[in-house]
Amino acid sequence: MAEVTQLIHHYLRHNKKFPHVLCPGCGHGIVLGSLVRSIHQLGLTKDEVVLVAGIGCSGRIAVYTDFNTVHTTHGRALTFATGIKMANPGLKVIVIMGDGDALSIGGNHFIHAARRNIGVTALILNNNIYGMTGGQSSSTTPQDSVSMTTPFGQMEKSFDIVELAKAAGAHYVARSTVLHVKLLDRIIVTALERPGFNLVEALTPCHTQFGRKNKFKTVVDMYKWYKKNALPLDALAKLPEAQRNARVPIGIFVQEEAHSLEDRYVMLRSRLQEGAS
Amino acid sequence: MPSKVKKPNRRNERAIFALGNEAVVEGALLAGCSFFGGYPITPSTEIAEIMADRLPRLDDGVFIQMEDEIASLGAVIGASLAGRKAMTATSGPGFSLMQEHIGYACMAEVPLVIVNVMRGGPSTGLPTSPAQGDVQQARWGTHGDHPIIVLSASDVHECLEMTVRAFNLAEKYRSPVILLLDEITAHTREKITLPEPGSFEIFTRIKPSMPPEWFVPYEESMRGVPPMPPLGAGYRFHVTGLTHDVHGYPTSRPEEVQNLMQRLFRKIDQFFYDIQFVEETACDDAEILVIAYGCVARSAHLAVVQAREKGLKAGLIKLKTLFPFPRPAMEKLMQHCRVLVVPEMNMGQISREVKRVNNGRAQVRTLNRVDGQIITPGQILKLLQKV
Amino acid sequence: MTKKKELTEVFIYPDWCKGCGICVAFCPSQVLELGPDGKARVIKGKECVNCGFCEYHCPDFAIVVKTKPLLKNYANHAQQGQKAQPQK
Ligand SMILES: Cc1ncc(C[n+]2csc(CCOP(=O)(O)OP(=O)(O)O)c2C)c(N)n1
Ligand code: SF4
Ligand code: SF4
Ligand code: SF4
Repeated sequence: MAEVTQLIHHYLRHNKKFPHVLCPGCGHGIVLGSLVRSIHQLGLTKDEVVLVAGIGCSGRIAVYTDFNTVHTTHGRALTFATGIKMANPGLKVIVIMGDGDALSIGGNHFIHAARRNIGVTALILNNNIYGMTGGQSSSTTPQDSVSMTTPFGQMEKSFDIVELAKAAGAHYVARSTVLHVKLLDRIIVTALERPGFNLVEALTPCHTQFGRKNKFKTVVDMYKWYKKNALPLDALAKLPEAQRNARVPIGIFVQEEAHSLEDRYVMLRSRLQEGAS
Repeated sequence: MPSKVKKPNRRNERAIFALGNEAVVEGALLAGCSFFGGYPITPSTEIAEIMADRLPRLDDGVFIQMEDEIASLGAVIGASLAGRKAMTATSGPGFSLMQEHIGYACMAEVPLVIVNVMRGGPSTGLPTSPAQGDVQQARWGTHGDHPIIVLSASDVHECLEMTVRAFNLAEKYRSPVILLLDEITAHTREKITLPEPGSFEIFTRIKPSMPPEWFVPYEESMRGVPPMPPLGAGYRFHVTGLTHDVHGYPTSRPEEVQNLMQRLFRKIDQFFYDIQFVEETACDDAEILVIAYGCVARSAHLAVVQAREKGLKAGLIKLKTLFPFPRPAMEKLMQHCRVLVVPEMNMGQISREVKRVNNGRAQVRTLNRVDGQIITPGQILKLLQKV
Repeated sequence: MTKKKELTEVFIYPDWCKGCGICVAFCPSQVLELGPDGKARVIKGKECVNCGFCEYHCPDFAIVVKTKPLLKNYANHAQQGQKAQPQK
């Protein structure tokens, strides 16, 4: 078990100031650790990895890592990533987005990236809220919960990221919480190994902007909530039907093979060149 | 020095009948463009369509149709960061959607080319009619103080030439370059000769020349333009739209913010002579000077020729660079000019600049038309005779 | 992985610890507590079962569990830590 933390330190930028800017207990840091371990486990070099991040607290984690890092605009990280991957398919492109980032302002890019099967791993750090701007509702804020812009409770329905990704045609869709970090490591590793668009949703607590207003006394209570309510798919299947709805399923929801867009492009080029010669 | 167009080698040149939009594609490919991301919109669509056919035939060419113009420019920025010469093309509404990413490209110093074929606006406006209403938007459309390069072209050959120049300037100064065309120029079909590759000077961004450990991505230098490695080449650094220090890390320390902003301006300002292209016709002894760009410059040319025939001392400055506004070229001629005539297909967007530079010396007369029709030589001639 | 006690040393970098309490709340052996300065500290280091929970979950990478050199398979771990070993 040992040497986990030293390993992470090895991948951090040594000329950045630590501790990082995130709040105490913010789950985004755990995702960062998980991502670093996964990259390490696959033996990827720092040079071949490009972390493309959106805007939000989630987007701020990229700058701390010693990869090629691109901090983009709010909601548009996937568009930058698409250009990078098409321009150089040899790069391992990983996109880090918040829930507001990926699904509110960036919802259109999200479904299209999934549909076109561009070879990037999309990590959505879902804390059910806009953390960075001070706790306004996002498209994943659960119905009835309180935020700065839904002071009387969220009236709108929220997105289920997994269902949305499935419907948009993603060939790999997985979810974990930051408490279930071994699972998180595993699904990120699998995502990074696969061609095409891979979606990993990480449920991560934001006590500062969400938990406090929604009956969680401390950030630890939010982790305890994950422990109680998140259930791996196989365990969920064993529960009586009536009890399933209240639980949050975690695990791998879709895993299929398909050519990525950049692979298809390579095939197109060789077809055209054969035709020309 | 400005990149000179060399005399084409007669034996190898190829004559084609091309639309302005087709000439843009030819220019881009000559300049080394290998990535196009876009979204269809009249009257720029042919550029995307021809790129879709041409790029996949190259060894490394990529064409991608994105889900909107925000995404298009996002993808172009990504491709440029990955080392490609990249471009997009759009019109009015699409250009409005691109504004946030234009600012990103200014801030992160990402070379790229945006062709905006202007059509009538605002909003959906007149999709198939020409206009020149996006001139100040091209200059100031994205938020925040920033320098930018805006070029224009008035005929099909110039579409090719200015596209090559746009790529050269983008690569040389690590800046987005906007090429403003209008519906008429883009949809005029004319005979042009395609120059041989190699007969144009082509500029490609300078890469770092030191080992990665010593690379400081946004270091100060005389030129003010830092070398730019492609992603994945071993020079790992942070790219961001946030105001950053020399390492690319976000900062709000006043002196670091000031240094960055000043360098961004300086890298363009100190090379005005290399960026500002104008073409003079009969200017030497002109008392009446017409200042025009885009399709209107062609009408103006004819009007000036006819005015000379009638004995009027008229001249024409055709602006091929709109921003940074070519002040030096103009100041020289304004010394002996009585009247400056600025015809344009908007309510007066370049005439503002002319008035600013003229500073009260000559009389400035505007000629504005916003009904979706071109300003005719006759209209301009009439005004020349009146003043 | 060993569950044997007393074969690890638990360190905390107080500068990086933000006192969120995750490690304290979930450590199966109550090795840690939040000190008066609001930072995590080790109180029963000998009870550590080397489960790794704290290392995997500290959002600030502030906690290190070192395996003592006498641990038999230390060499394996060290090797894994330093050199990437593709799993495929
Ligand atoms: C175009 C644009 N609109 C709004 C903002 C302001 N803004 C910055 S971050 C953010 C929301 C972040 O929430 P989320 O994506 O869920 O990430 P989190 O901070 O929760 O990790 C917003 C609205 C912006 N930067 N750009
Ligand atoms: S506001 Fe929320 S998301 Fe942002 S750093 Fe704090 S806990 Fe994390
Ligand atoms: S989890 Fe990390 S930051 Fe939180 S209290 Fe423990 S050591 Fe400190
Ligand atoms: S490794 Fe496990 S037992 Fe040891 S201190 Fe950490 S959480 Fe407690």
